[in-house]
Amino acid sequence: MVSSKENPTHSINGNKPKIRIQDLTVRYSDGTESLRQINLNIPENAITVLFGPAGGGKSTLLRTINRLNDLADVVELSGHLYIDKQDVLSKDCDVIALRRTVGMVFARPVVLPMSIRQNLTYGLELAGIHDSSRLNQAVEDSLEAAALWEEVQDRLDEPAARLSGGQQQRLCIARALVLKPEVILLDEPTSGLDPISTGKVENSLQELKEDYTIVLVPHSVQQAARVSDYAAFMLDGRLIEYAEGKLLFTKPGDQRTEDYVEGRFG
Amino acid sequence: MTQPPSPPSIVKPRNTQRRNLIQRLGYIGLILAAIITVIPIILIVVFIYSRGLPAISIEFLTAMPRDGMRAGGIFPAIIGTLWLTVGTGAIAVPLGVGAAIYLSEYAPDNRWTRTIRIAIINLAGIPSVVYGLFGLGLFVLFLQFGTSIIAGSLTLAIMTIPVIISTSEEALRAVPNSFRVVSISVGGTRWQTIRRIVLPQALPGILTGVILGLERAAGETAPILFTVASFFLPTLPASIFDATMALPYHLFVISTQVPGMPIQIQYGTAVVLLTFVLGMNGIATVIRSRARARRQW
Repeated sequence: MVSSKENPTHSINGNKPKIRIQDLTVRYSDGTESLRQINLNIPENAITVLFGPAGGGKSTLLRTINRLNDLADVVELSGHLYIDKQDVLSKDCDVIALRRTVGMVFARPVVLPMSIRQNLTYGLELAGIHDSSRLNQAVEDSLEAAALWEEVQDRLDEPAARLSGGQQQRLCIARALVLKPEVILLDEPTSGLDPISTGKVENSLQELKEDYTIVLVPHSVQQAARVSDYAAFMLDGRLIEYAEGKLLFTKPGDQRTEDYVEGRFG
Repeated sequence: MTQPPSPPSIVKPRNTQRRNLIQRLGYIGLILAAIITVIPIILIVVFIYSRGLPAISIEFLTAMPRDGMRAGGIFPAIIGTLWLTVGTGAIAVPLGVGAAIYLSEYAPDNRWTRTIRIAIINLAGIPSVVYGLFGLGLFVLFLQFGTSIIAGSLTLAIMTIPVIISTSEEALRAVPNSFRVVSISVGGTRWQTIRRIVLPQALPGILTGVILGLERAAGETAPILFTVASFFLPTLPASIFDATMALPYHLFVISTQVPGMPIQIQYGTAVVLLTFVLGMNGIATVIRSRARARRQW
């Protein structure tokens, strides 16, 4: 599937689409990083990377999926974004429930100013879960899934800020997982990490994709090529090309994709 | 100073000496400025306490004034100031902190909120005697509260609110925005985010602002002059609709209006007022330094 005509409906063979984006247009009041007529199907149980030069709309697309863009100064929002059957852009979408279904990990690891355990139970308590055995189990499960349990199991009540940068970022992944989401969005999750921590995070993503739909904005083309099952190249708010990762990084179908992948522009 | 041009990378020894001298003079000047600003504070405290402390006794603190205030204690003035401080806090804290939360967390950045901000800044600059006259006109006369604790507290509250708003807003804005975004992203509502993340983090800063604001209210004379304070009222207020004596006004009265006033009673009153205010200051300092030690960001 390689296509680059104006506003093509991109879809992928194989995995069933989890997120279907139709004619999505987003514009901010200051005119920055908007999205123009995006059509994209993101398959479940796979890692889909959104990559391209800065200001291309990757983060905006990510933040539209869990409606975090509601916090920003969006002046135009049109099109549809379905997760399963639910159009998350429609008025009757329960945004709070949506954000519990769609976990998010940010570029800079932001741990809340509380203990490691509280960082994880915070979202659960907001959801009305107070049963302590259930909370403890959820804490352990999510830390296991984020490959952090071994390192922190004896210090769960220490301030999360004492963890190293790499540990903090895996805690952030655990915090997204603890709510048992279906989709995980990661916005350059390894941009501040050293290569070893980056490797750990990438490895845990490979395991997580068995159970989740993962959408990742990578911090480099190399990372995009390494982790992607599917890759979408975005430029100036448009989706240029969307294909299986293997295909896109070896035989790009569009000259612009090829130029970017080979480092002719950044 | 005419010197032949020299290569820029070579510094002449004479120049170095000159620069060092300027450096040292500047340093001494700055230290002097710092010391000179501290001297008056130390002098005031030493002066007041050395003259006033001998007047302090259990009787002075707990007895009614006698003999035209020339003897006895200042108990009603102490109680009056406590009432006024509590009353001012009860009005100004919820309003001020509430307004700060609105401005920091909810208000859009538009002409309307900019106008509110300008109004608050200007409110803080109004002379305190003007607040006093305003309180007389609105609370004492128009709303018919009479000269009373409620009228005085309302007047002092209006004066204190801008201080509380601006310090609280500053404390709220100092909480990193990323905390809010994270809380929202795990399914928090705006209010849950404020109550569980933002407010606890901003609380020490808010408390400091509240205490500094109330401390100023406790020491003010002009706003209570027309609204609550009594010249001489050797009974305790029974309700918020009673007038009362208050420390700052009592000090003004016994220093200027009563002939033959024993000097140590004046200084004793000043000691009590100063201790009250400095004590609140101390509490604020402790809260701030504790919070700073515990802060995780």
